[in-house]
Amino acid sequence: MSDNRISVAKTYKLYVDGKFPRSESGRTYPVTDSKGTFLANAAHASRKDVRDAVVAARKAFDGWSGATAYNRGQVLYRVAEMMEGRREQFAAEVAASEGLPSRKAQSVVDAAVDRWVWYAGWTDKIATVLGAANPVAGPYFSFTVPEPTGVVGVLAPQESSLLGLVSVVAPVLATGCTAVVVSSADRPLPAVTLSEVLATSDVPAGVVNVLTGRAGELGPWLASHGDVNAIDPTGAGPVGRVEIAREAAGTVKRVLAVPEDEPDWTRRPDIARLRRYLEPKTVWHPMGV
Amino acid sequence: MSTWEYAPAPESREIAGLKPTYRPFIGGEFVDGTGEPLKSVNPATEEVLAEVGTASASDVDAAVKAARRAYDKAWRRMPGTERAKYLFRIARLIQERSRELAVLETLDNGKPIKESRDADVPTAAAHFFYHAGWADKLDYAGFGPDPQPLGVAGQIIPWNFPLLMLAWKIAPALATGNTVVLKPAETTPLTALVFAEICQQADLPPGVVNIVPGAGDIGAELVNHAGIDKIAFTGSTEVGKLIQRSVAGTPKRLTLELGGKAANVVFDDAPLDQAVEGIVNGIFYNQGHVCCAGSRLLAQESVVDELLEKLRYRVSTLRLGDPLDKNTDIGAINSAEQLAKIRELTESGVAEGAERWTSPCPVPERGFFFAPTVFSNVEQSMRIAREEIFGPVLSVLTFRTPAEAVAKANNTPYGLSAGIWTEKGSRILWMANRLRAGVVWANTFNRFDPTAPFGGYQESGFGREGGRTGLEGYLDV
Repeated sequence: MSDNRISVAKTYKLYVDGKFPRSESGRTYPVTDSKGTFLANAAHASRKDVRDAVVAARKAFDGWSGATAYNRGQVLYRVAEMMEGRREQFAAEVAASEGLPSRKAQSVVDAAVDRWVWYAGWTDKIATVLGAANPVAGPYFSFTVPEPTGVVGVLAPQESSLLGLVSVVAPVLATGCTAVVVSSADRPLPAVTLSEVLATSDVPAGVVNVLTGRAGELGPWLASHGDVNAIDPTGAGPVGRVEIAREAAGTVKRVLAVPEDEPDWTRRPDIARLRRYLEPKTVWHPMGV
Repeated sequence: MSTWEYAPAPESREIAGLKPTYRPFIGGEFVDGTGEPLKSVNPATEEVLAEVGTASASDVDAAVKAARRAYDKAWRRMPGTERAKYLFRIARLIQERSRELAVLETLDNGKPIKESRDADVPTAAAHFFYHAGWADKLDYAGFGPDPQPLGVAGQIIPWNFPLLMLAWKIAPALATGNTVVLKPAETTPLTALVFAEICQQADLPPGVVNIVPGAGDIGAELVNHAGIDKIAFTGSTEVGKLIQRSVAGTPKRLTLELGGKAANVVFDDAPLDQAVEGIVNGIFYNQGHVCCAGSRLLAQESVVDELLEKLRYRVSTLRLGDPLDKNTDIGAINSAEQLAKIRELTESGVAEGAERWTSPCPVPERGFFFAPTVFSNVEQSMRIAREEIFGPVLSVLTFRTPAEAVAKANNTPYGLSAGIWTEKGSRILWMANRLRAGVVWANTFNRFDPTAPFGGYQESGFGREGGRTGLEGYLDV
């Protein structure tokens, strides 16, 4: 290979319904590395892109929530496998986006891969942990199972462009919900590359939709959308979260309580995020002969 | 064949121990509220039962402060084993005073005495008994070791099951180590204030439970009070949305148990006589003042005529009238306002072209009553198929296939409950899996138990009450 070969630069696009469209608005915005050097033009998603993504996520919900937990677990594990194969690319993008030294960026990527594995293992256990047989005082069999709440709007963390992103998206998928994700605005490239991984990991089209753009612009549309059931306002920041929470009230959305500042994403998560996206459903039937 | 008439069998209203005045309960004492007193009315006779002192904004503030003091100085520090014993005591005291509470509830609410006696009051006691046992076992509840309470809970409850909703709210809050300020509904405050007496008899530390009667403005004071850590609300979706908006951007935790428009799905293989009993129970229990009422009957097309015939006959045998009569099936609508709302929605059903059938039962001249009504030929677009009527009015729609039944059942922004009637076990589980509702009753309806989590999907609210799951709403997890 000649040293003076001109490399083929990638066009970073949205990920909606299993495809990679440009923003319907035709807008793009320049993305730079942590030192201000131009990296790429990212698609600047619009309200219409949000609506298209919600339609795709709703369409995908029946299939994904109806898949067996074993199947979902294997798909999530497959995402980890596909990411593993792209470690170098992710590490380079994370290093450029977050200004990390390459060894540190590598360990962030490793943690992100491991997070998929952690959540892959939860898909077929969470119902056992959160469900119940209810000892009711009467001749009835009553049981409670946790079921996915529906379409989840995720405003991904602004700082942690890959590990933070995976930490908020993987639990949505593990529960059987589908997601419309708004990536970090200034650090969107790892999210686009993750979309390419998802597209080749047997994740059905529409289960995850990734929009690059501004959480402050897109978040309120997600929060007020009648076909979105829950919202994670992490990426909206402390001020933006108030507006998101107000908008969400119009359709009684579940709004995730999140810490003021981004947490340390390298810490092992607990099952709180899984719980938030699950609806306990109680079923009764009489017993008799 | 001779027909035997029912003889009147009224429960004595003396048992209620009705007092001329009731007062707010703050810091362990009954105090003169500085709000405008309200008059609680017996909806079956429209007579005033008692004058009830209400809280003002400053009384709410005093109650929140009392709850905070009790939380800091007594309740949060008390070992779970001791907290448990207070809750067991309360459960026993409710059982001991159950007859009095049942009669008082029926007077104030208008529900039949057989329901307050056999369901509301015993289930309220059961909730305290169940949650008492959790108080010293929270480590085993699946939220990690030593889960912590939230602090002071503001709780707002509706008028349809006054004492039972109080129990659903207070029992888990206290078991997990929180203290509470509870606002009963404006039209049904009496049993909550007798419950306050029970707290005194149980020697509950002052301030652990505070009861502040009042209207919606006092509820708003409570919701917006800076000293509140958690809001639990049961009531309409409309008010729930206002509350969710009010607490947006604050650290207050919130659980909502809101309205519903439950589908009760009857397949052609269902045991129809049994299904009819379940349909009647689903929509006419408590005059249909039930958030999880089976207000949309989805009948498979092949059986709808037979089902309607059986249903109309059965509904025509329901006895409407004096709630204190032990033979009464349907009591009084809780308020003139609610009666007007039921009438308005019923008229819209006729105007939109549905076929109305109303039981020919005699209706008392005084009091707020509404004869049980069944609409057939209902379309999904009609208001009576979409809006919560919260009264004894059933809308009947039809379907052909199980998939169509699921689609129609789920075609609502609500998602509180649903019913399934079929003899086929695999179909029950298939349906139960697909119905987007927090509670699914198969070949039964309107069953409640403290061990079984209850709550809604979507615009029916979030959070659960009952069971291990119900503890989550009162723990910092």
